[in-house]
Amino acid sequence: MSVPLESVTLRVNGAERAVRVEPRRTLLDALRLDLGLTGAKKACDMGNCGACTVLLDGRAVYACLLLAIDCAGREIATVEGLHDDPLQRAFIEADAFQCGFCTPGQIMSLKALFSRTPAPSDEEIVRAVSGNLCRCGAYRNIVRAARIAAGRR
Amino acid sequence: MKRIEGPEKVTGRAHYACDVRLPGQLYARVLRSPLPHARITRIDAARAERLAGVHAVLSSANAPDISWYEESRLFDRTLRFIGDELAAVAGESEEIAEDALRLIEVDYEALPCAVGLEDGVRGKPQLQRRGDIDNGLREAEVVVDAVYTTQTALHNALEPHGCTAHWEDDSLVLHESTQGIFAVRDEVAEKLGMPKERVRVITQHMGGGFGAKQIAWKHSVIAALLAKRAGRPVQLMLEREAENLAVGNRNATRQRVRLGAKRDGTLCAIDVHILVQSGAYLVGGEDSDVIGAYQTLYRCPHLRAEQVGVRTNTGPAVAFRAPGHAEAIFALESAMDELSRALAMDPIELRLRNYATEDQTKGKPYTSVDSLRRCYGQVKAAFDWPERRMGQGSKKRGIGFAAHDWAGGGGWPPAEARVEVADGAARVVTATQDIGTGTGTALCQIAADELGLPAERVSIVLGDTREGLYSPTSAGSATLATLGPAVRMAAAKAKKSGRGKGSRVKNPKDKSIRTCGAQCVEVEVDTETGEVRVLRVAAAHDCGRVINPVLVESQVIGGITQGLGYALSEERMVDACGLVLNASLEEYKVQTAADGPQLVNATQSMPDWEANATGAKGIGEPPLIPTAAAVANAIFDAIGVRVRDLPCKRERLIG
Repeated sequence: MSVPLESVTLRVNGAERAVRVEPRRTLLDALRLDLGLTGAKKACDMGNCGACTVLLDGRAVYACLLLAIDCAGREIATVEGLHDDPLQRAFIEADAFQCGFCTPGQIMSLKALFSRTPAPSDEEIVRAVSGNLCRCGAYRNIVRAARIAAGRR
Repeated sequence: MKRIEGPEKVTGRAHYACDVRLPGQLYARVLRSPLPHARITRIDAARAERLAGVHAVLSSANAPDISWYEESRLFDRTLRFIGDELAAVAGESEEIAEDALRLIEVDYEALPCAVGLEDGVRGKPQLQRRGDIDNGLREAEVVVDAVYTTQTALHNALEPHGCTAHWEDDSLVLHESTQGIFAVRDEVAEKLGMPKERVRVITQHMGGGFGAKQIAWKHSVIAALLAKRAGRPVQLMLEREAENLAVGNRNATRQRVRLGAKRDGTLCAIDVHILVQSGAYLVGGEDSDVIGAYQTLYRCPHLRAEQVGVRTNTGPAVAFRAPGHAEAIFALESAMDELSRALAMDPIELRLRNYATEDQTKGKPYTSVDSLRRCYGQVKAAFDWPERRMGQGSKKRGIGFAAHDWAGGGGWPPAEARVEVADGAARVVTATQDIGTGTGTALCQIAADELGLPAERVSIVLGDTREGLYSPTSAGSATLATLGPAVRMAAAKAKKSGRGKGSRVKNPKDKSIRTCGAQCVEVEVDTETGEVRVLRVAAAHDCGRVINPVLVESQVIGGITQGLGYALSEERMVDACGLVLNASLEEYKVQTAADGPQLVNATQSMPDWEANATGAKGIGEPPLIPTAAAVANAIFDAIGVRVRDLPCKRERLIG
């Protein structure tokens, strides 16, 4: 049983990346295994936890629920594409993580919100990360970090 | 001071066990029992072995005979719960490994099973006595007699258990998601019949453990054997379902509690009989001392506390953040609330009347005798107890209080550390692991203080057994109080000579160390729908000297958040056939950002210099312990319904 590979070009963090993958390979596995971008995490692999959140054409999506071959020509952004982003600084300042496993996903969910709404309300912040579980329970500080990034203390 | 590993964690540069990528690396999956109790009559993996891309297959048919879990084996012919390991495959991708699992043919002979706490096989009772319980109950003027139950809870750390294993000649390297690199090293070496020195375990970052990663599990040895057989590195990370079936849970309990007191509130009898659900195996490290808290939290001359383990055909229990205590404190502190109602006495006043100044199990005074009393005062002030707001319409509000103690937090010697100073900078070398609590940051601060250097000039090495500096498993909230004094000693030596080694001296002989605390909760209960909203929680805990208030606060809010899940929504559901019905993060309900109440951390620094040379004690587990009882007590205050069964589900509140 050998599965034929498909060639697909993914546009990740502004760069074209060609990969050859099985048609069933998820975007998450393509990022983590084929492209070595391990910031997005596999924690449930069924769209329940948000640890794999990346941006697809600016929208926050669960990378474990997408097939890599369906993402050709779309703009994919991962945490590795952020450089000294105000959200990253604010997460450190507010101690918005403990183990850090969910952190890239939390930040990317907020990144999608901030790109639409530069100064979101608390309600908008909570809604943006309500699909990102944090088992360490850092939610209060995650919301605080987003508030800081929004220019509120 | 901010967490030193912050920049790595917010950029995705922090590498966990699942992020390791080695040349030629394979991916493994484990086949698990579909039956709660069965014997394998035939297993045939030939078709799996022939599948393109498969490099190694292991089962009871070909694996080395390695003993595991009491009388069982690594791949046993008898399967004792749904999820028990029966075969494993390493292939060129996880997808191929999964394809291969489907090609393994197994025939089973089903055996009778027991699933529920009341149905299982009871073990030998553990019994603790003090005074004469019959006298105590006779002396009592008021008796509370009630049965409480607590549910099986699942750890659900976001990073599953798992490792990446590779061989360098005859030596094994494991990149493991663990709370105890030395525990994994020693156990894996023993199981594989190797000298410890030839097993190296590395944990630079780990994505949550909460107790379930404090022992070595089968996957580490399975990955090592697959890697050996395939001649290539193997990564074996558990899927979420396996995570929720096979690698630990917080044991369910049934607790019959009798508290006897005088009219003035003085306790004269504590009598408790407890069933504890161990699951299919005693895995070691479960440490569920449910009777512990009953013996220590309050001064009481007459006590009988009995605990009986119950074996069932369900996944094995393992330590979960304050094992035993979280379960016991729910029942004990609910019963204390019932007693305070029966006596018409303020619940904090009742607890002050029964304040324990010595460890009654050892007959030794506590090192910080007044700290729990101070926690009561701090939390009372922060919450404005017993101030309450009125609800409106069908929404009723109430407030609840609960206290706790915890035998952990005082440190577990031995431990070693080294400090090297050069050019105005220092390096702390340890082989502990930072499981997300901020251990590394706090140890840098301790070294910086001693050396008189800014903390930014101090770096730390951790998470690698190769350093050879022994550290205990990160458990029992003990890491900081264990490693901190060793680092301080090493820094003091390094200050003189540029390089120094420190070791953790023993704990004091004539005193007992405890941690403790108290929480107040305000809830709003909708009497039409049964919905419980937690409005605010205030917490004060004794963790000795606060080395880093930012990190302590994060532990406090994180523990409360998990405690709220335990109180309100978390429960492993198992059907009559032993099938876990909610082994996913969709159906097992942990708290989310949208559930967050107002959390007030009123913890103050209370240096405990008798405990150790840093004055600091642990804070990892305690903040979870009293939350569930405080919530249940607040619900009673709001609507007059006493919830004696966790979690506090809607159907238990209305109708």
